[in-house]
Amino acid sequence: MSGLKLAIAAVAVLGLAACSNNRWDDTANGGGAGAGAGAGAGALDPASPAYFQQSIGDRVLFLVDQSTLTPEAQGILQGQARWLTQNGDYVVTIEGHADEQGTREYNLALGARRANAAREYLISQGVAGHRLKVVSFGKERPLEICSNEACYSKNRRAVTVLAGGLTG
Amino acid sequence: MRKILAALLIGAAAAAGAGAAMAQDGPLRIEIDQGVIEPLPYAVPDFVPETPAASEYAAQIARVIAADLSGTGLFREVPASAHISKVTGFDNPVKYADWKAVNAQALITGAVSVNGNQLAVRFRGHDVFAEKELGTGLQFNGTTDGWRRMAHKVADAVYSRITGESGYFDSRVVYVSESGPKNDRRKRLAVMDYDGANVQYLTNSASIVLAPRFSPSGDRVLYTSYESGFPQIHVLDVGQVQRKVLSSGDGTMSFAPRFAPDGRTIVYSQTQGGNTDLFSMDIQTGAKSRLTSAPSIETAPSFSPDGSQIVFESDRSGSQQLYVMPARGGEARRISFGEGRYGTPVWSPRGDMIAFTKQNKGRFHIGVMRTDGGEERLLTASFLDEGPTWAPNGRVIMFTRESQGSAGRALLYSVDITGRNLKPVKTPDGASDPAWSPLQN
Repeated sequence: MSGLKLAIAAVAVLGLAACSNNRWDDTANGGGAGAGAGAGAGALDPASPAYFQQSIGDRVLFLVDQSTLTPEAQGILQGQARWLTQNGDYVVTIEGHADEQGTREYNLALGARRANAAREYLISQGVAGHRLKVVSFGKERPLEICSNEACYSKNRRAVTVLAGGLTG
Repeated sequence: MRKILAALLIGAAAAAGAGAAMAQDGPLRIEIDQGVIEPLPYAVPDFVPETPAASEYAAQIARVIAADLSGTGLFREVPASAHISKVTGFDNPVKYADWKAVNAQALITGAVSVNGNQLAVRFRGHDVFAEKELGTGLQFNGTTDGWRRMAHKVADAVYSRITGESGYFDSRVVYVSESGPKNDRRKRLAVMDYDGANVQYLTNSASIVLAPRFSPSGDRVLYTSYESGFPQIHVLDVGQVQRKVLSSGDGTMSFAPRFAPDGRTIVYSQTQGGNTDLFSMDIQTGAKSRLTSAPSIETAPSFSPDGSQIVFESDRSGSQQLYVMPARGGEARRISFGEGRYGTPVWSPRGDMIAFTKQNKGRFHIGVMRTDGGEERLLTASFLDEGPTWAPNGRVIMFTRESQGSAGRALLYSVDITGRNLKPVKTPDGASDPAWSPLQN
């Protein structure tokens, strides 16, 4: 199956399995969920984007105004790197985000720093740089909407988004 | 202060029945710098319609003039219900005694005539207690569609004659119109009159748009759009709504574009490998040059009005601070040294001050400082105030205020640089990132 077809199939799975707001919680609290992820849905195909998002973890979080990767973030990125190495068809876009405590343009630049920190780490783990694009949304796309640290901590993120395959 | 006090004393004395002699002390005048304590009372009776079709405009024009003047906080209208005289002919002699009796220190009279779709507005200002005209009368001609603009022009002339400053009412604001919940916000570019009238949308809400800026002549708008999936710089011809992408499409992020005073060069931020620096570009040729090369974030640039310098923000010291450098790049001098973080600096059109956003202890402020960083003054405080823009005369600042929490939304506010007269600007939806145009011709 080509990467592109795989991606389409994955969208269908996700539509059933998770809504955007609790996807992160599933990943975060799922800890070593591994093969047990997607409770009730049976074992996910380990080569599927759904597995990447839910079992590997598609995002890492940052401290206030920081772009340094925490040990937890490094652990998640190591998992992402292994998966991306095994599933060489995918290119990814790493989206950097900031919380609302900051000015718009600074937060754009900060989100870019975060996305790039994740990218550099994936490269250090053996993923080819040409497969990894980065983009920042600054504070434009918050996931959580309360105005306190409970939400801010989830909004300061770099999300590895699987895109179409490297076909042909 | 001396002059406004003189004016106020005249008013008080006149009210007591002994006024006229003191009126010769000087012209009717408000000194804005001194911080006005008491707004100057004025009257603007309905303008006189001189053709049948002019009736609908005659009253509305007077209302827009009053909204402009009273909206500054420097003037207070004597309402029509208190008027003794009725102005029935533009050239009839003014009964000053009737206006003195209601303590209107300034009087604005006018006439409107309509011919087809052509509108002509004449007006005179009067110094009531001096019993003479305030400058010479003027006539403005335009189309009936533009009746609000002509009212703004009258108000600008009156404001200018009484304050000695140029006006700002005949101006527009480009901004980002916002709708939808916080986690699915839709943004589109919009332009409106400075007072919120005549809103026109310039883009649809399919892609995120950010931080528009007018060209020095007001004919074009620079902004950042995610139309390609990446933030890129676009320039839009406001009249024709034609767009052009200026930055390269190679997946590098470009944002925070601002025009140089020449209208031909822009300065902006570009991000490579997670590092954001400032660049300049000639819009005609596309020739670029790098202005900063530091591993820190350099963004939110703004030219001095003479085009010789750029103020910008950088976190090279470890936190966001303001710096000034030559327009061609080179050594930058830090100008912000207070507590907290400073961003979004904007040079005033007069060249004497820089407005900024300050974050300190969990609060956001709009403030102003001298261009060397001295005399910092904070004008506002809230959960999130951001992104000041200057009125064309450098006397008023508009900015974004966003409310807290899951239902939080952004709205536009304006405030005098004295810190007085803080008030919301009416917009049909949520609104952010305002940028004021120059005064229109």
